[in-house]
Order: sequence, then C-alpha cells, then structure tokens
Amino acid sequence: MDAMAKKKTSEAAGAHRWENDPVLSVEHLTMRFGGLVAVGDLSFEVGRGDITALIGPNGAGKTTVFNCVTGFYKPTEGRIIMRHGLGRQDDTVSAVTDSGLRFRKDGDKGVFLLERMPDHEISHKARVARTFQNIRLFGGMTALENLLVAQHNPLVVASGFSFGGILGLPGYKKAEEAAIEKAVYWLEKTRLVDRADDPASDLPYGAQRRLEIARAMCTGPELLCLDEPAAGLNPRESSELNELLKYIRDEHGISVLLIEHDMGVVMEISDHIVVLDYGVKIADGTAEAVRTDPRVIAAYLGVDEEEEIDIPEVREDLSAVAKDEPPEDKTPAAGKANATGKRAAPAKAKPAAKPKARAAKPAASASEVKVAGADKHPGKQPPGTKKPAPGGANNLTRIKGVGPASEKKLNALGIWNFSQVATWKKAEVEWVGSYLAFPGRIEREEWVKQAKVLAKGGDTEFSKRVDSGEVATSRPGRGAARTGGKGGKA
Amino acid sequence: MEYFVQQLINGLTLGSIYGLIAIGYTMVYGIIGMINFAHGDIFMIGAFISLAVFLILTSVLGFAFLPVVLLIVLIVSMLFTSAWGWTVERLAYRPLRGSFRLAPLITAIGMSIVLQNFVQITQGARVKPLPPQIQGGVTLMQGSTEQGTILVQLSYMQMIIILTTLILMTGFTLLITRTSLGRAQRACEQDRKMAALLGVNVDRTISLTFVMGAALAAVAGLMFLLLYGVIDFYIGFLAGVKAFTAAVLGGIGSLPGAMLGGLLIGLIEVFWSGYFTVEYKDVAAFSILAIVLIFLPSGLLGQPEVEKV
Amino acid sequence: MAGAKTNVPAASNRPAGAQRAAERGRQAPNIVAAPKKNKLKDSLRDAATAAMLVAVLGLFFIGVRTDIAPGGLDLKMRWTAWIVSILVVFGGRLALNMFVFQAHTPATQTLGQKIGQLGAAAPGLGKWLMRALFAFAVVLPFFFTTFFPGKDRQFIDLAILIMTYIMLGWGLNIVVGLAGLLDLGYVAFYAVGAYSFALLAQHFEFIGFWVALPLAGMLAALWGIILGFPVLRLRGDYLAIVTLAFGEIIRIVLLNWYQFTGGPDGISGIPKPTFFGLELKRGEGGFADFFGIEYAPIQRFIFLYYIIFFLALLTNFVTMRLRRLPIGRAWEALREDEIACRSLGINTRNTKLTAFAIGAMFGGFAGSFFATRQGFISPESFTFLESAIILAIVVLGGLGSQIGVVIAAVVMIGGIEMLRNLGFLSQVFGPGFDPVQYRMLIFGMAMVLIMVWKPRGLVSTREPTAVLKEKKRIDADMVAQGEGH
Repeated sequence: MDAMAKKKTSEAAGAHRWENDPVLSVEHLTMRFGGLVAVGDLSFEVGRGDITALIGPNGAGKTTVFNCVTGFYKPTEGRIIMRHGLGRQDDTVSAVTDSGLRFRKDGDKGVFLLERMPDHEISHKARVARTFQNIRLFGGMTALENLLVAQHNPLVVASGFSFGGILGLPGYKKAEEAAIEKAVYWLEKTRLVDRADDPASDLPYGAQRRLEIARAMCTGPELLCLDEPAAGLNPRESSELNELLKYIRDEHGISVLLIEHDMGVVMEISDHIVVLDYGVKIADGTAEAVRTDPRVIAAYLGVDEEEEIDIPEVREDLSAVAKDEPPEDKTPAAGKANATGKRAAPAKAKPAAKPKARAAKPAASASEVKVAGADKHPGKQPPGTKKPAPGGANNLTRIKGVGPASEKKLNALGIWNFSQVATWKKAEVEWVGSYLAFPGRIEREEWVKQAKVLAKGGDTEFSKRVDSGEVATSRPGRGAARTGGKGGKA
Repeated sequence: MEYFVQQLINGLTLGSIYGLIAIGYTMVYGIIGMINFAHGDIFMIGAFISLAVFLILTSVLGFAFLPVVLLIVLIVSMLFTSAWGWTVERLAYRPLRGSFRLAPLITAIGMSIVLQNFVQITQGARVKPLPPQIQGGVTLMQGSTEQGTILVQLSYMQMIIILTTLILMTGFTLLITRTSLGRAQRACEQDRKMAALLGVNVDRTISLTFVMGAALAAVAGLMFLLLYGVIDFYIGFLAGVKAFTAAVLGGIGSLPGAMLGGLLIGLIEVFWSGYFTVEYKDVAAFSILAIVLIFLPSGLLGQPEVEKV
Repeated sequence: MAGAKTNVPAASNRPAGAQRAAERGRQAPNIVAAPKKNKLKDSLRDAATAAMLVAVLGLFFIGVRTDIAPGGLDLKMRWTAWIVSILVVFGGRLALNMFVFQAHTPATQTLGQKIGQLGAAAPGLGKWLMRALFAFAVVLPFFFTTFFPGKDRQFIDLAILIMTYIMLGWGLNIVVGLAGLLDLGYVAFYAVGAYSFALLAQHFEFIGFWVALPLAGMLAALWGIILGFPVLRLRGDYLAIVTLAFGEIIRIVLLNWYQFTGGPDGISGIPKPTFFGLELKRGEGGFADFFGIEYAPIQRFIFLYYIIFFLALLTNFVTMRLRRLPIGRAWEALREDEIACRSLGINTRNTKLTAFAIGAMFGGFAGSFFATRQGFISPESFTFLESAIILAIVVLGGLGSQIGVVIAAVVMIGGIEMLRNLGFLSQVFGPGFDPVQYRMLIFGMAMVLIMVWKPRGLVSTREPTAVLKEKKRIDADMVAQGEGH
C-alpha cells in the first residue's frame, strides 16, 4: 500500500519519519491547572504512518497532553499542528499561525492549529479521533448505532440537514447504507459483527475497548489517539490489539498516537516512543533507544530502586561512555533544551547515560572534589569535602528520594552529611538534579527541607520508617553503611 | 437615605426567612444531590401548623402572654413539621435512592403537588389572615422629604426574626461542625457508600437532614406568618424557588452560603420593589437564579466542579 | 358533618406511601418464611405505626380547620374526621401487610406474573395493541357520537384534551427523552405559541389559524433557541431549575405587560379554525351548508379533534423520522455521553439547540391549537404546574418512548378527568363531597406511586434506530438518562 511505500522511502533516507514527515507536532505545550503544571514546555512529533507511544508513570501528564491535542483542554501555552498531506509544510504552518486562522485546507493538504480549534472541529476537520481511558461508549445504543453516530457529519450533509431525511428523500437512504457498510467493515475488523445489535454496555470489557477503537476509526481519522487501549485486557486480547493497531497503520496508513502502560504492547508495536515524567519529556526515540535510557528506567522504577540501573547493557554503555565523552551532549533538562523537538534522537542510550559516567570519575580524584564536565550542568556545583564531617557520614538514604545509588553519587561529589545538603540553594539544587539526571526531583521531594530537619537531629516521617527498617530501598541504620560510622545524628 | 435604610432593614428581615428555607435545600442537595422540590411546601406546612397552634393556644386554651405562646408555637410547629419532612423523605425519596436521578425529582414535584392540594382540601383555598400580633418598634432615624417626614423603624417583629435567625444559625453551625451527627452528615456528603462501610447509618443521617431542614422551614413559616399575616396553600412555591435561588447564589452545599444567599435575595427583592417595580420582583429573583447558574454555577461560597474527561 | 367525609380520600395518600416505606425493611426478613404468629404481630405493629404517623401528620390539618370568620379566624375541630382517617389508614395498612408484603405470594406479585405471562404468550401483542389504539383514535369521534350520544361532547372534549397532552408530551420527549435535557419550563413554548396566534389574529385581520400555526411554531422555535442558548453549559438539576425560571419569567411578563398581552385579563375572541376557508357555523356559507348536511354543534368538536389528532401525528411522524436521522442519533448519543459526542466531531451546541428548537416548535403548535380551541387565553393557563404535568407524562410513560407518552397521558389526564363522572359518590359521602377537588391530589399521588413502582416509566425499553440482523429491544437499565438527570 501507499503507506508502506512511504515508510520505505523515509527509512531509506536514513532519518526518522517523525522528523521529516510529522503528522502532528506538539510545540512548547504547557498546561497549568491553577498552580499545578501538568505539562511543562513539552515538544514532540508524531510521524505520519507511525505508531507513536506516549509513556510515563502515573500522573506524568499523558492524558493531559491527549486532552490538549483533542481539544478538551485549552493549552495554557504552545502550538499543536496537525498536517494533512506529505511533508512539514513549514510555510503553510507559519502562514496560518500568523494569519490568526484556525486552519488552512487546500485539496488533500491541510494545516490545522489544534489549540485554536474546538474539540468537535478537531475531530471533524482536522481528523483526529480519540478513545478514552475509561471507556466512553454510548451504552444504551447498539454497537452498530455507536458506529453510525461516529459518521455523524457526513450523514448530516447526506440527510440534507435533516430536511431531506424527514421528507424521505432517497439520497439519505443511500448514504446510510454506505455508513452501515463502513460500520460493518470495522465491526468485522474488531470481531464484533455478531454483537452489532447488542447494546454497547452489554459487551464484555475487551469488546468495549475494541468497539471504541472501531468507533474512532469510523470518523475517518488521519490520526488516531488511543488512551490506554490495552488497559484491562488479557494477554490474548492484548496481542489481538497489537495486530489491530498494526493493521490500522499498515493497511490504512493511519498514524496512531497511544498512551499505554503495557510495555509489551508499547515495545512491540511502537515506531517511536516519547517518555514523559512530571509533565516533562525525558526521552524521545525508537523503542530500542528508549528502552535503555536510564532516566526512563529511573522514572519508571523510582530513585529508591536505582540499583536496577545496574542491568548489564547499561553498565556496558556506561563504561563505554566513560572513555569517550560524546560531543553532542544532551543535558538532562532536555525537556526544555530540546523544546523545538527537532533534535536528533539519541543514538543508543549514550547521552542519557553520561551523567552516571561522570559520577564514577571524581570519586578518585582531587582534594576539593571536582567533577568532569561540571560546567555542562546548569546551576552551580555544591561544595564538597573529601572526607565526611568529623562525626562520620550520614545515612543520606534517610532523605526520602535518595536511594543507595544516589547516595554513592553524592558521596562522589563530596556530599556526606545532611548539613551539606541543607545549605543547597536553587543553583546547587539545579546542578545536582542535573548531575543525578533527575531534574526537578530534588525540589519536588524537598530534599533540602528534609536535610535541614535531619541535620538538626530531627526525624522525618520517612526517616523513621528507614530507621525501623521498613523501607526496603534505603539502607538501615543512621550512619553511612560503608564507613560504618555512627555519627549520623549530629 | 432614610428610605434606603428602611429598605435595608426590610430586606434583611425577608432575607433571613429565605435563608432559613435555603438551608433545607442546601443540606439536602449536599447530602443526596437532589433538589427537594417539596421543601417550599414543607415551609408552607410549617406556616399552617403555626397558625393552627397559635389559634388553639390563644382562642381555645386562652393563653395570653405572647412570648410564651410564640415559644410554644415555635417548638410545636418545628416538631410537627419535622414529622412531615421525615415522611416526605421516607415515602417519596428513600425508595428511589440509587435509582436514576430524574426519578426523585419527579416524586419531589409529585409530593409538592400532593402537599399543596392536601392543604387546599383540608384547610380551604382561601387566604388565612392573622392580625399583626407584635406591634411597635424602635425609631432609628428620622428624616424629612417633600412628602413629609420619614421614619426609619426597626419593628420588634423584625428584631425577633433577625435575632431568632441568628441564634438558630449559630446553633446549627455548631451542630454541623461539632457533633457526630454533623460529622456523619459530612461523611455522607463526601461518599455515601464509604460512610456506610465505616458504620455511619446513612438512611438515618439522611432522614435527620430532612428533619432538620423541615424544622428550620417551620421556623421560617412562623416568621412568615407573623411578618405578613397572610398565608395560603400556594406560598410554598414562590418562597421555595427564591430560597433555592438563595442556596444556589451562596453556593449549593454550603451553609453560610445559603444564609448569605438568602440575605442577598431578600435585599435584592426589597430594593427592586422599592426602586423599580413591584410587579417584576419575581422576575428579578428568577433572573438572578438563571444568571448565577449560568455564569457562576458554583455560587459565591461553593466549590467549583471540574469536568473530567 | 362534611369535614368528616372529606378527609378520607385525603388521608389515603399516606397508607399508600407508608407501605413502600415499610416494604424495603420488610422484604428481607420475608424471604426466610417468617412464622405465622409473628406475621400477624408484625403486621399489626406496622399498621399501628402508620396510623400513628397519620395521627401526627393529620392533627393540625384534618383534626383542625381554620376558617375566616367575622372578626378574625375561626377554629373548627374535626375529631371524627381525624379518627376516621386514622382508622382507615390502620385498616388499609393492615390489609396491605397481610395480603401484599407479608403474604407468602403477594397479591401484586401474582397479578404481575399473570400480566407478564399474557405478554409472553403473544409477543406481537404490543404491536397489535398499538394498531388497535390508532384505529380507535381515528374513529373516536364517531364512536362517541354513535354510542354515547348524550355525552359525546364531553367525551370528545376529553379526547381533545388528552390528545393535546400527548402532543405536548411527544414534543417534550424530544428534549427530555431523546436529548436528555431536563426542561421544566416547557410550558413557556406552549404559551409563546398560544400568544403568538392570539396576538397575530388580534392585530392582523387576515391571519387565521392555518396561517398562524406555522408562524407560532417558528416563533416558539426561535424562543427555544433564545432560551436554550444560555443554558447550554448547564447540566443536571441546574438545567431543570433554570428552564423553570425561564418559564416563570415568561409567564410573569405575560401577566404584567398589560398593553401588549392584556395582562391577567388575557386575550379573547381568538378566531376558530376553518376547514379550507369554511367556518364551522350555522347557516349560509358554513361547513354544514356547503356539504349539504345538517348543522350540529358537535361538528366543531369533531373538527377540533381531527386537527389536534393530525398535529399529534405530525409530531410523532417527525420524531420517529428524526430518530433515524443523524441528528436524532446525535441527540441520543448526547444523552448517553456528551464528551464522547464531542470526540466524534458532533457539534453539541447545535445539537442541543436543535432539540430545544424542535421541541419548542411542537409546543408552539400545541399552543396555537389551545388558543383557537379555547377562544380565550390568559397567563393562568401556563403555570409551572402545566410543565410539571407534561414532564410527568413523559417520565411516567418512559423517557424516549412514544407509546409510553400515550399511555401515561390517557391514564393521568383521562383517569383524573374521569373523577368528574363520579357524582354518585356525593350520595355516599354527603352533598358537600365533590370528587373533582381531589383531582390534583390524586394526580400528585399517582406521580409518586408510579415513579416508586417503576422509576423508568411504564414503557422502559429502547428500540434501536438501525438494525443489522436482528432487532433487540434495549433494556432501560442500560440507557443513560443524560445530562439533565
């Protein structure tokens, strides 16, 4: 098919399709709810004919992005471009942006600024269809009726805006037959044709998920947005879903953007993965690239279980990286730095893995702790001492959010005691966040605040749990484990 | 200026009555999320019971000391009206709990029709006048205009109404915030199922909510009777809609909101009739209802609802 | 004493309700067959509770009556009435307990099963019933003139009234039943239709019923859009209460805008409809004269009946067609899930406004008919109670069900009006007894009872609008009730 051909040519060119021929570009998208920043300056692109997955831990802002793209939320800032027809069409995009229009359509080609369009127009004109995390079918209507409702707009025209339909003109009859035919096609593809006359809420859960996809397909979309399509499906249904999505992509040439937690689904079918954490993009690339990105792993598994990073491939990468510093460094504040979304995808996990490599070096060197590439991180490196304070090193894992691995890295920086952490200012926090490759995390988890309490010999709720051995990911005891010093409680 | 002050006093008095009724709406809406359409008619029932008790005490039993009479009327009226409130909930709403939302609204309208017609049949359709019982007042200001002198009076009646409302409101707020009943009520508002699992007797709590709302409506009924001296079986509808407006204006589900809304509606109505036209004073109330719901659906003190996708 | 009699039916609202009150509590222990002795004891206790409740509630209403007397209010004690009502409730409640709640096989259950069996035995019964009903409606006037020549006028008048409510119910069904927008101010459009015709006829000589009818419909539709626009964002009970407010505002304006509407005096002298230019009058140039038949006053009623029958059929036809059109499906989809609708490219604003406008248009038609039938209109005919009655018909009939509206209208309006024929009761209860005054009381009680008995209405299944292989009716429990509820 034509879509396949496209795929081949763009791959032959050796670049990713989402760069050359994006169907959707999200640029500098920010969504605030009151004081809460659900999505912060997010940019990514969805390639035409790709299956793109938007992943991230719970609360990462994925559904918010969906709601912005499909017009259910008005983004606070940013631009969302939907393109019909090949190519980036940059001229048209800037022309439409400047003109103040919502979209421009020219034959098969078209550029749509989704942030300016109301939700129903996004579906109708820009041809973006979506499904919902908690299935939203028309429960009291049959499966067939659900699919007919999805073909509302063409049918309204065919019914002469109801006037012809009321008078019983033949035009509408034909249009309805065609609509039923289309509905039956998708019912067959989703194996629901036997249940066509059953009310949607009567269908089993998996069938409801499939029906929702069929309904979205009946709107004739260019881009299909699926919000957790595999949630609640059993493995067999889940693999059927994979086949269906591949079918939609390959046979209909329709681009798919999906939110999914099921990594089996994501890794198997995605051409492109975008990873969000706390509303910020932390990785963007092929399945292969994202899988090995330590920040992605950390975001999913949490800092407390940072040891998990010690998976063989990553360690290999790390040692490789430690030797030669790659020139195109990517700071961990990538979400911001690469806001244009045009950056090259990281080849393998190199840039992301780098901060760790840096961490390994300094431990061995220097009286006043120096870190290689310190200036690459934004902010200021906090002052470190070669040795812990006279009382010995503190057990830094008593700070909520610091795991043994982070503790090691902090020690390498010359950070041994709570009192040191307690003095960090904004600049230091930013630097360390970047150094540990978890930007924003220190502020969120209030390390400094915790450290201030702990430095005074106080206890936080978390530290009490650590002390009583309830937190598996922290080291027990109040002092540093390696030194065995008991001077934690200064 | 004097005219303005006088209208202000009148507005506050009327507003107190609306506020008392509005609390019944707001509590019921808070706890079971429905408009108790019959609440206005419970207020009417309260007024009729007050009238009957008052007449029995004064003309049959021959009590003469007014404060005692009024106190007895107040208590008896609250008790008996509460019984009506309880019955309405038990018959028309409880069987439909958990049913779809339109059903209790229809039974509420049905109940409202039943109550109105029941009173019409048993007590007759004609208005019942009661001569003013409490006369006199304090003159606050005096001014002169071209037409003559204007006195700004705070009548004893108005004082009693405003004072009683204040006392009841305070007691009521304490009841809701300090007692276990209030806690149970708030728990049911948040999550009825969970409250039941935690051992709150949900049915009893809801019944008590209706009882409390009805008791306050009875007080409002008595005040209305004393203030206007005329009641009929139809007073519940308009007063009910205005009190509901008050509850919505204040933010439905919020007790201080209901009182605030009541006062505002009372003031608006009085000033509208005082400065514009009396004929369209109900249009003012209805328009405010529509405007508030359309532009400020969470009211002045309510919590906004967020649309979940 | 007259009072003693009046209270009996009045009090009967409570036993009816109280039974349900106890029903819930009692059903559970009932499943484990209770020993016979306890059954009686429980029944007695329950009946006593109900009676006591009646005693408390009725004390100041049945037991005491205030009346205006010279020099103030007069107090009348009616202890006999009070005691009788308590006893009636006690007896009724006891009987209900014995035969319905506590009985091994409740009488109601047996009855219900019988009816169910009847339906199962003849699956096409519903369809045939509908056809029979339609055939009856067609020949109705002649049926009455033939078989009830003395009372034909009264019966045809009642048929016209019921048919008006059926039409209003069908019109409101579009808004509430299909689009799921709870409208408590529907009477406003009825009023707009009636006043449009009346005022047009008053100011322009040449405008007759048939010219005014479409104009009134269009004006009402316009008002539907005007009033619908601000409430688009509202949902749930809020929508209901704002539409109620709009309805009341229109009524109050009609009442007070004396120069334009005549205020409380209303408008009279509204022209009668003509049959293709022929007036239904006695003498030269009239309908009877033209066709060479003898003039009879009943002809005018028959003619009116056929007009409203035609209008109602038109409403039904358009509604049924619309349901199968994209707009109708969009309405129902809107009722099910507005957000999903938007995700499918449906312009929910226009869809809602269309529902308001079309519903209002039929209300306007009915209003014009009302004006021409009465010849006189005043704001009094357009109170909130009318809205409540129309809504009750729609809900009791079963939301979205066309035949349900017919059944509910016949039962509620027809049944209540039948009270007028119970004059013989005054011989039983004394000359002061007038069953007509209980109309609305019984209406209200019926609303509560039917809702409690069948919260989804009498006809509670939905028929799909498109079928692939086999038509299956959809149970009401699956069907959402929409934003408005």
